[in-house]
Amino acid sequence: MSRQDYTVVGTRPIRPDGVDKVTGRALYGADVRLAGLLEGYVLRSPHAHARILRIDTSKAEALPGVKAVITAADLPPAEDRIIDLGEGAMPLSYIRGNVLAQGKVLYKGHAVAAVAAVNAHVAQEAAELIEVDYEPLPFVLTAREAMQEGAPLVLEDLKTKEFGKPSGKVSNVAEHFRWTLGDVEQGFAEAEVIVEREYHTTTVHQGYIEPQNATAFWNQDGRVEIWSSTQGAFVVRDSVAAVLNLPVSKVRATPMEIGGGFGGKIRVYLEPVAALLSRKSGRPVKIVMPRRDVFEGTGPTPGTYIRVKMGARKDGRIVAAEAWMAYEAGAYPGGMVASGAMCIFAAYDIPNVAIDGFDVQVNKPSTSAYRAPGATQAAFAAESVVDELAGKLGMDPIDFRLRNAAREGTRRADGPKYRRIGCVEVLEAMKNHPHYTAPLEGPNRGRGVAVGFWFNVGLSSSCTLSVNPDGTVNLVEGSTDIGGTRASIAMQAAEVLGIAAGDVRPNVVDTDLVGYTAVTGGSRTTFATGWAAYEAAQDVVRQMAARAARLWDVEAGQVTFERGVFRHGERSISFKELAARLDETGGPVMGRATVNPRGVGGSFAGAIADVEVDPETGKTTVLRFTSVQDAGKAVHPGYVEGQMQGGSAQGIGWALNEEYFMSPEGAMLNASFLDYRIPTTLDLPMIDTVIVEVANPGHPFGVRGVGEANIVPPPAALANAIYRAAGVRMRRLPMKPSAILEAIRAQRE
Amino acid sequence: MPAVFIPALLEPLAGGRRVVPVEGATVGEAIDNLERACPGIRERLLDGGRLRAGVSVAVDGEIAAGGLREPVSPSSEIHFVVAIRGG
Repeated sequence: MSRQDYTVVGTRPIRPDGVDKVTGRALYGADVRLAGLLEGYVLRSPHAHARILRIDTSKAEALPGVKAVITAADLPPAEDRIIDLGEGAMPLSYIRGNVLAQGKVLYKGHAVAAVAAVNAHVAQEAAELIEVDYEPLPFVLTAREAMQEGAPLVLEDLKTKEFGKPSGKVSNVAEHFRWTLGDVEQGFAEAEVIVEREYHTTTVHQGYIEPQNATAFWNQDGRVEIWSSTQGAFVVRDSVAAVLNLPVSKVRATPMEIGGGFGGKIRVYLEPVAALLSRKSGRPVKIVMPRRDVFEGTGPTPGTYIRVKMGARKDGRIVAAEAWMAYEAGAYPGGMVASGAMCIFAAYDIPNVAIDGFDVQVNKPSTSAYRAPGATQAAFAAESVVDELAGKLGMDPIDFRLRNAAREGTRRADGPKYRRIGCVEVLEAMKNHPHYTAPLEGPNRGRGVAVGFWFNVGLSSSCTLSVNPDGTVNLVEGSTDIGGTRASIAMQAAEVLGIAAGDVRPNVVDTDLVGYTAVTGGSRTTFATGWAAYEAAQDVVRQMAARAARLWDVEAGQVTFERGVFRHGERSISFKELAARLDETGGPVMGRATVNPRGVGGSFAGAIADVEVDPETGKTTVLRFTSVQDAGKAVHPGYVEGQMQGGSAQGIGWALNEEYFMSPEGAMLNASFLDYRIPTTLDLPMIDTVIVEVANPGHPFGVRGVGEANIVPPPAALANAIYRAAGVRMRRLPMKPSAILEAIRAQRE
Repeated sequence: MPAVFIPALLEPLAGGRRVVPVEGATVGEAIDNLERACPGIRERLLDGGRLRAGVSVAVDGEIAAGGLREPVSPSSEIHFVVAIRGG
């Protein structure tokens, strides 16, 4: 378990950016004001799939107040190549094609042209004057339809690859993979109870409150400056440079404060468009997406079709599992099926497994990551089957999971063995929680549980620390702060330096001012950028020890440092006292570190949900909800709890309300927060949290990423609770009132 | 020797074997030696001397940031996995 003897790590200081955020002074992308600033608007496709025959921008250009109009023809030529976005790679042609459609539009909302004008209203009016002739084409909206013989082809030259080998036939399936462990046929032959079910989930959006935005200025010296809402400024820099065929040194990207991302603000949409408009107009250009464009033009998470079969012996041991998973990638390859497949049985030690995954193109927006991408859909399927198996075996659902829980040494179907993990500890915390042991009384009420997993990633992070004469420290880092990571990173430096958390002032800066830092995603920031801060602080301690040695005229190696005090024999000097004497011992001290750490520790999370289902309306009310998660070591427990509550709320919305409601013409009919219902405080109970701390041996403080795993179990836990409340097994998300009512009626008949 | 775990779809190239022990001090050397044992497998894993887009290599359960230069020990397990993204 984790160490408890830290001074700073594990405490709950006030967040450094708190005052600016609650007083409205924090600057978001829409707040950017520059001299001569123009505003932009993007014209989007009204068709789900169509060939672009002609674009005439002359009327738009003639409108008074319009300063620039662009289409894909304004993109500079660039050879196609693979672009590494730090957390996955993508062909440049797909990135460019999604920024401005070339030849065809692949989904309703696909960007076609853009205008910069004296204000957003003139820009919108001008955009509506752009004449585009389309030849509508047949379209396809779901993975299963897209996989049928003769389905409309989204990308006409796409051929299915199987580990690098393209088939000879064009298809909507970009990739098929298969993982096996043991002998699945033999495993099912051994099973005494088998459950096989099909599950469907619909497209949902991350639902961040702040829409995408970007401001760009293409300077006369050839340098492009970008200010935007992003999870990764270096991804913006590298993507804009690639799309515009510029050296990365010509692009400077500033990450503004971010009003939510959840994986949806990693790739670029507006940044290259604003830059091109700026080049053409000679003035800075800002574009802020209307909410409709956010829904229709940015990446949601995939809709899926998943078939799961699991078999167990009567002694409660799962002996075989099989999954067939088709995930909608949207318009371009790169859906989340692989990560979903890696997670689907990740909570269990199963000797015989076979998983087939398919990455499928459909005429919907190109999908993006969404908090543990792919894993929530997978867990909805697998954890529902696990619950049915437990029922058929007459076992308590948590006992059944504990009987089969993954632990250190368990091999996953995709190959690797786990190091120290906390799956068992999470399940035990659930089993012992007063929520689980409390009786649930009353009609139409039920309790469900589920567990989920997310890997987390490492990747590169950089950090510098400058010691001030008053003993405080300025920390410079490149990780967008989404969930309180300024605090969690600064606290790790403070712990090493033996000073208070408030004495380390964190600054998130632009790409010219800090070493490369990968995205805030993959639950990596407190782990990896925190590690960079830890290493930079060690660098400061080494240099400061040498200064103390100089003061005392001893060898640097003879000076010790513990809890903020340097010592040699009877002599001692505190970090703060020594900071005041840096000038006389050689000048300022700066520590620095760049890391790409190994030792990533995955995180397990569990959910306990009590619901009441109204048998007359089908409406589900969540009565009580508890989220349990292994944080390794919670650096700032308050922000870990915030992540758990946020992920749970999103998982509940995904389970009960949220969906892209598509028209027969392939258009989203509910592209506003009025009709796309994310849960509000009125829809949710207080979400209780339990932090489990099974230290990650791969991190100096035992940290595991906590941002994602918490969204994985809620839909399955709610489905299992609804079954106990209403007697119906829901196998399609969202489990909205009409669907539950239909299931209840079907069962009565 | 390091053990290379063969992805299920490539097992035919390895004569149906799921694990092939090969010599090598790095992932790249291990793949070179794997190619001798299983002709044709390298081009399924590499493109232009680099790991194919969308393919990651894991050494002892952890994604190898060093790619083909990642050191491996005689007891190492090498897996080829699909590159993943996080939110």
